[in-house]
Amino acid sequence: MSDMDDMDDDAGIVKKFMFLNRKAPHGTVYALEGLEVVLITAAFDQDVSMAFTDDGVYQLVKGIDTKGIEVKDFSKTYRALEGYDIEKLYVDQVSMDARGLSEDDLIVDVTVLSVDEMANLMAEQDVVISF
Amino acid sequence: MPMVEIAGKEVEVDEEGYLVDLSQWNEDIAKYMAVEEKVDLTESHWEVVNFLREYYAEYQIAPAVRVLTKAIGKKLGPDKGNNKYLYELFPYGPAKQACKIAGLPKPTGCI
Repeated sequence: MSDMDDMDDDAGIVKKFMFLNRKAPHGTVYALEGLEVVLITAAFDQDVSMAFTDDGVYQLVKGIDTKGIEVKDFSKTYRALEGYDIEKLYVDQVSMDARGLSEDDLIVDVTVLSVDEMANLMAEQDVVISF
Repeated sequence: MPMVEIAGKEVEVDEEGYLVDLSQWNEDIAKYMAVEEKVDLTESHWEVVNFLREYYAEYQIAPAVRVLTKAIGKKLGPDKGNNKYLYELFPYGPAKQACKIAGLPKPTGCI
């Protein structure tokens, strides 16, 4: 329970955190664990963004059906991020193109960035955590 | 993990008493969990419990209390979407206690 939400936090330092997701949603635990870390970080009033590159873009694809592999479909959880005030979601244009994906294929609204734009955005961060 | 008998059925709970398999959830289980949590279930409690179940069905997570409060405010109005109201219903933490009664896992980010 995050009772700290109610605490006076004037002295709090806000850092720019980017969570970089590079792996396919299933097969490893990275995507799910990364998402849980993001949800927890949201409790600390930091400037949080998420970026999806390489196979990480598959995490956001609509219509995932995990019944056959008997694991939880957590793709719907990305839609809860807005409620956690995490609204900065970026995807890499090249990774999308290479996989034949467009924004319409994704379960959430994202900002599509070129390689240069993504690099600049990463350079602005205080912390980049890669999953 | 421990097994408990609820209304003649064996159900598995984790070490903190949360239901392991949420597809097993029913009203008997909710009532059992409420007794465990010393919560006297009223219609207002059920409203929150049912809200949580809908939230979980939509997003596949149990919301943190701040998110729950905001979402309830949006759906049920500001007189219900505030800490005072929710803590009156669930004194030991609305997210924690209401999730347990709703058969959901402990909320992520619930520290």
